[in-house]
Amino acid sequence: MATLIRRGKIAHPSPPEAGEVLRLEPADDPAGVADRLGAAARVEVNFPRFNDGRGYSIARLLRERHGYTGELRAVGDVQRDQIFYLSRCGFDAFLLREGEDAEAALAALRDFSEAYQASVERPQPLFRRR
Amino acid sequence: MYLYDEIDQRIVDERVAQFRDQTRRFLEGKLKEDDFRPLRLQNGLYVQRYAPMLRVAVPYGILSSRQLRMLAHIARKYDRGYGHFSTRQNIQFNWPKLEQVPDILADLASVQMHAIQTSGNCVRNITADHFGGVARDEIVDSFVWCEVLRQWSTFHPEFAYLPRKFKIAVNGAEADRAATFLHDIGLHAVRDAAGAVGFRVIVGGGMGRTPLIGHAIREFLPWQHLLSYVEAILRVYNRYGRRDNMHKARIKILVKERGPEKFRDEVEAEWAQLKDGPSTLTEAELRRVAGRFTRPRYQPLEDLRLAQEGPFGAWLKRNVFPHKQPGYAAVTLSLKRTGVPPGDATDAQMDAVADLAERYSFGELRVTHEQNLVLADVRQDQLEVLWREARELGLATPNIGLLTNIIACPGGDFCSLANAKSIPVAEAIQRLFDDLDYLHDIGELDLNISGCINSCGHHHVGHIGVLGVDKQGEEFYQITIGGNQGKNGGLTPGGQTPAAVGKVIGPAFAQHEVPWVVERLIEVYLEKRESDAERFVDCAHRLGIEPFKQHVYGHPDSPRKDRAPVPA
Repeated sequence: MATLIRRGKIAHPSPPEAGEVLRLEPADDPAGVADRLGAAARVEVNFPRFNDGRGYSIARLLRERHGYTGELRAVGDVQRDQIFYLSRCGFDAFLLREGEDAEAALAALRDFSEAYQASVERPQPLFRRR
Repeated sequence: MYLYDEIDQRIVDERVAQFRDQTRRFLEGKLKEDDFRPLRLQNGLYVQRYAPMLRVAVPYGILSSRQLRMLAHIARKYDRGYGHFSTRQNIQFNWPKLEQVPDILADLASVQMHAIQTSGNCVRNITADHFGGVARDEIVDSFVWCEVLRQWSTFHPEFAYLPRKFKIAVNGAEADRAATFLHDIGLHAVRDAAGAVGFRVIVGGGMGRTPLIGHAIREFLPWQHLLSYVEAILRVYNRYGRRDNMHKARIKILVKERGPEKFRDEVEAEWAQLKDGPSTLTEAELRRVAGRFTRPRYQPLEDLRLAQEGPFGAWLKRNVFPHKQPGYAAVTLSLKRTGVPPGDATDAQMDAVADLAERYSFGELRVTHEQNLVLADVRQDQLEVLWREARELGLATPNIGLLTNIIACPGGDFCSLANAKSIPVAEAIQRLFDDLDYLHDIGELDLNISGCINSCGHHHVGHIGVLGVDKQGEEFYQITIGGNQGKNGGLTPGGQTPAAVGKVIGPAFAQHEVPWVVERLIEVYLEKRESDAERFVDCAHRLGIEPFKQHVYGHPDSPRKDRAPVPA
């Protein structure tokens, strides 16, 4: 069973949301959905294979350039070992790949207590906070 | 060197814990090989021909004596008593056990070291001019900028799964000793008319299967924007770099396919959005980073006039580099003694070099991309006693910049990617050219050997390059001439020849024929050079490959004439 983690918790199945669910593939340009973001129920970014890193840039662009503040869900080959980077790029929901240990994935969100760069999660880089 | 603060240390410690857990899950069968591979690679761990290989990061090549002793300890405890210094200024251990790697990483972390991002499709160890901070032609101290970039690239969340590996080099001096035109990004420090520091940004160079010289896409980037600009380049690459074919996935292919102007426009458009954002560097951060670097406490001394005669004189001439501080010099300890694989050092040698660094060079040393070690701050009045000690250790071969200072990858003796062996070829060439007077007469010559087209031995930029190729299951070697790592590069800047990729002189040779070919190439050079000041590479650029080709393939003793031609 694939488990959903949402806003730092294991989420229970929820009734269908009002509004459109937008889904972006790795080659998609987030600018193409910019005008539909305001009304969207959520945006899903698909990772057909976890080592295709385009979705990380897509997430940052959605959050930092297009001002998207709603649910941003990583779907596809989503594993615990990538979840920390995904969350730093702005994902706040993760539909884990089948067989992934959800508790371990939650713990992986805290693999590192600090990070050097500016990110969606913490817009000020470490050097401005040191 | 940069000393970690509590946060730097915590990040490295947390990585050890993370990797320990990943390794445990892999060994318990809970993490599949395909899922584990990128994770272990981003910790420098390869599965090699005979055993795993662990590549430990030496950020921009700087080590303390304490760290080198730890590397010696690791070589002894977890490996077979030696390590291999690589052309990326890192060190590789060829025989660790997978289950012990977390312990090795913990030992490394205890001396502020790690193996983070030494492999994988991410931003790799930043490399630099190994005479940073001491060269007379210095523009900026490149190490401070390298450390700023190291922190920025460490666990960068957006760029951990790039189309392919990504290598950045920083050069802080007039001469390009960091091969900036042969990296994914080369950053060459410059000053504008007002004296402000900035960077010339070069993109899309590289070796490998498709060797290309990089393009300068910006002549002057004010230093404040270094991180946002590099981030813009990486974002364009991450989004549009090819992922369909790993041989076309490096940024150089994207730059080539789009054209450097169009690529630059895309980067500039992305940067326009990022410019002046939170990643803009501050004076305070530069001061903080610079302030965490240990600095040598120089004595007020005068430059000495040392007689350049005898064996000590030969070593002074080849292995000692002028220093900006009067009375001091930078010394290269050669890891290129005949009979020893280029770049290899035993645990005992590492311990001994750590002692030398402590006694003669403020407890620090550098690894060069030519696979030697540098003591950067030696008092000139101690050079002779240092030379005697280094000679006892087999580290004073006076061959820096000369033909026998061969760069070579580990090759087919170790590496599972290699088509052919590198180390025995290097040794055979070193044995043939063992007459020092002859070597010195030939002058500056970079001879580089790669065991396959991945070019870890930098054969493309060797003045003479040797590339191992597989022809119908047999090992052959293709010879190139005219490659060059950069303008005024090398140790004895003799010419203005720019960075260049070598040209193939003709069909490949068998292993035992390679030294013979090198000897013929040298004959042409010695006969045709205009003067001693014209180096082999300058001569090859002036004449083109034809006279060299004629002499090799048309020679009465040519090993090729009585054998069926090797398929090209």
